Amino acid sequence: MQAELISKEGTQEYFVNMGPQHPSTHGVLRLLLTLDGEIIRKVEPHIGYVHRSIEKMAEFDTYKQIVHLTDRLDYLSAHMNNEAVALLVENALQIEVSDRVKVIRTIMNELTRLGSHQLWWGVIGMDMGAITTFLYAFRDRELINDIMEETTGARLTMNYNTPGGLMFDLHHNFQKQVKDYLKFFKTKLPEYDQLLSGNVIFTERTKGVGKLSLADAISYGVTGPSGRASGFSCDVRKTQPYSAYDRVKFNEILMVEGDSFARYQSRVNEMWESISIIEQLIDNIPEGPIMAPMKAVVKLPKGEFYQRVETARGEFGVYVVSDGNKTPYRVKFRSPGFSNLSVLDHISRGHKIADLVAIMSTLDLVIPDIDR
Amino acid sequence: MNAIYDFSILTAWIHQWLSGLMEPTAVMITEMVIIGTILILFVAAMGLVLVLAERKVAAFFQLRLGPNRVGPWGILQTLADFLKLLTKELITTKSADKFLYNLAPFIVMITPFLALGVIPFAPGLQIMDLNIGVFFITAVSSMGVLGILIGGWASNNKYSLIGGMRSAAMVVSYELSVTLAIMTMVILTGTLSMSEIVNSQADGWWIIKGHIPALIAFIIYLIASTAETNRGPFDLAEAESELTAGFHTEYGGIKFAFFFLSEFVNMLIVSSIATVIFFGGWMPFHLPFEWATGFNHIMDFIPGIVWGFGKVTFIIFLMMWFRWTFPRLRIDQILNLEWKYLLPMNLINFLLMSLIALTGFYL
Amino acid sequence: MNSIIKYLKGISQGLNTLWSGMKVTGYYFFNARKEIITVQYPDNKDTLKIPERFRGRVIMVHDQNNEHACNGCTMCEMACPNGSIKVITDKVLDPNTGKSVRIIDQHVYYFSMCTLCNLCVQACPSDALAMDGSYENAVFNREELTFVLNLPGSKIRDNVKD
Ligand code: SF4
Ligand code: SF4
Repeated sequence: MQAELISKEGTQEYFVNMGPQHPSTHGVLRLLLTLDGEIIRKVEPHIGYVHRSIEKMAEFDTYKQIVHLTDRLDYLSAHMNNEAVALLVENALQIEVSDRVKVIRTIMNELTRLGSHQLWWGVIGMDMGAITTFLYAFRDRELINDIMEETTGARLTMNYNTPGGLMFDLHHNFQKQVKDYLKFFKTKLPEYDQLLSGNVIFTERTKGVGKLSLADAISYGVTGPSGRASGFSCDVRKTQPYSAYDRVKFNEILMVEGDSFARYQSRVNEMWESISIIEQLIDNIPEGPIMAPMKAVVKLPKGEFYQRVETARGEFGVYVVSDGNKTPYRVKFRSPGFSNLSVLDHISRGHKIADLVAIMSTLDLVIPDIDR
Repeated sequence: MNAIYDFSILTAWIHQWLSGLMEPTAVMITEMVIIGTILILFVAAMGLVLVLAERKVAAFFQLRLGPNRVGPWGILQTLADFLKLLTKELITTKSADKFLYNLAPFIVMITPFLALGVIPFAPGLQIMDLNIGVFFITAVSSMGVLGILIGGWASNNKYSLIGGMRSAAMVVSYELSVTLAIMTMVILTGTLSMSEIVNSQADGWWIIKGHIPALIAFIIYLIASTAETNRGPFDLAEAESELTAGFHTEYGGIKFAFFFLSEFVNMLIVSSIATVIFFGGWMPFHLPFEWATGFNHIMDFIPGIVWGFGKVTFIIFLMMWFRWTFPRLRIDQILNLEWKYLLPMNLINFLLMSLIALTGFYL
Repeated sequence: MNSIIKYLKGISQGLNTLWSGMKVTGYYFFNARKEIITVQYPDNKDTLKIPERFRGRVIMVHDQNNEHACNGCTMCEMACPNGSIKVITDKVLDPNTGKSVRIIDQHVYYFSMCTLCNLCVQACPSDALAMDGSYENAVFNREELTFVLNLPGSKIRDNVKD
């Protein structure tokens, strides 16, 4: 054993446990690093520290109840996760929700995405040592949370979608507040570029770090902004439009470099796209019922169902096997974080410890999403 | 110069008074004790003030209020924290090298005390006017890294070890830039004594008189000394997001406070050196022109101690500004910056400055 | 020569980007007075505005006569995904009609298990439940998180449909 550890140069490799309690793993993720000096030879993620067996729990819940469990997967994309379950039930029962519901869901999705990306931007700054960005990002995200709170009643675990529609109608302030917010945030987003994107230290630390090729992105199933930074066109909003995404114009941000900076850039650009999507919809929210007529007890027909949505981290899928009862026979969540984490070892070998932090931040991992 | 603000009158008076009471050896010992006490109190007070200042400044950069609960505007917050650290149990980890582990905080603390000895803060407010003051400071200031290295190694923790090694690699290289930048200015001053350097700037600060090379030297000094004090963006010895707390991961209580305090006092020292060498120490702002005599005269009325500490505060503020704006560099980038950018620029700058000094082009 | 120009250009561009970052933070530092966003939390409690839909805790709505609208149908209990509601019903004789009717004895609510999903409020056919805007719900003892939602001495409102 000892002899194996001594590499050609006569140096000895050693192990460091990064986590489960570590400032940059953002949750209880444990990485077992094999290091040669500062250079990473191997990264072994050990997950399961926040496993709550949500998939098993979902087997005992009715379809309406499953929705609130998905809040607790990727808590920063709570709204999108909710929507996945809601869409699955609606498609399975062939319920047509009103246009109003579709548009509201889309706006909410994009607001959530904005908030999630803002938080990520603050955190990446903090991981890189620029703590101030964290507070700036929180300032912006806080206002989104306030808007959410007024309409949905919760800041994080919103549980706003239900199969068949929405839990509440919009708050009467909603439109005005969102418009005010977008006006405010458009002046703040360029600051993000000034503080990090353009900063020579930041670009030096991220460019060329953690390169992920297109082939690897596809084979590892890296989706979302991380996958698109490698040129993997995987935006579910484009490929299989749901809700109101077929009636808005937006660009799928595609990059070719596949390094940490490309992943960073694709998220920052996505924020602009989100703003434009909300702007297209906010002024003409159609009237209509917020709840389609539904039976009191939702029962899915026998069979298998799959629904995917684009969350802030990538493709989130719900797979349900139904035996015709009011609770599903089996539920499986395809969470983007899990696939994105799997690529970590592959792209961080040969880099330094500091690069690992950069790679992890740009992959934008949310641990409860990975562990479920 | 205006003698009203000169501290040497006060010190001379104390010396005379003591000499009247006892014999010369006893006088010397008493004075040493007094100065030692004052120095310790000064370092402790400065530490508290600087920590508070850092927290307040950081808060304002980050749209926060900062400490505001203990005392008016939170000015007693650091005192409360200090008391908390004092009362904490001292823990030594089981597998640590006990002797070195306990020694490291003291080594880290010695450096600031030694360096403070030769810095003139105000006219006459200087403990010892060595004729090789600059040389002395550059010599002792590199001792601090020894403490960090020892602390990192003796903790027997992999994070600490990495932190210590990073710090060593960094300080050893940046020492060069700091010294060269100072040397560039010493060409102009022609002396190594701190007080004489200050006196040579009575008609204008070197950063103005020395043209662009002086400005470049100042920027290099600022970058390199930030690195030497292990502050962000060069704080990778304790890089929180990578190494949890770096070299002082295993330290707690008052031992941690020593590391913490030394960082801030080191910051004070490097900015005092910059003040003395580039900004004329406690010298008022003078324009080296005929027509400006009236202006110069007004400037003379502000006491030297205000000038001295004002400039130090300004440079400390600059360093805080850096820390709360920039991301951290990676270890290889830090070394690249030193060896590929700062050092060559420094050497060319050194030549330029020699040319200026030879031709007598400075004002 | 070209490489030297490139080298110098790189330095100046680098410094420029650093300066643009410093301008942003510097602006906030010098305008801290009007830009500060943090609030002094326990001090501003009186002026805090909690949105009316805020989901802080499930309560049962009582009117001024200490009457509620819950008839003990246990729909909320069934809707709750976490089993945090337990409706204990009782049967009493109605003095007017002489029939036995169902009333609630205790509407027990385990706040410690509640995820504030709002499903019970939606499920209630007589709108007896609601969410209140309380936000300081931490306690030292787990038992304190179990509530009986119907107030002592309260009874059902007359016109509640069964
Ligand atoms: S809010 Fe949800 S979890 Fe809480 S009691 Fe009601 S149904 Fe149960
Ligand atoms: S609270 Fe509402 S749903 Fe629950 S038992 Fe009473 S009436 Fe029924």
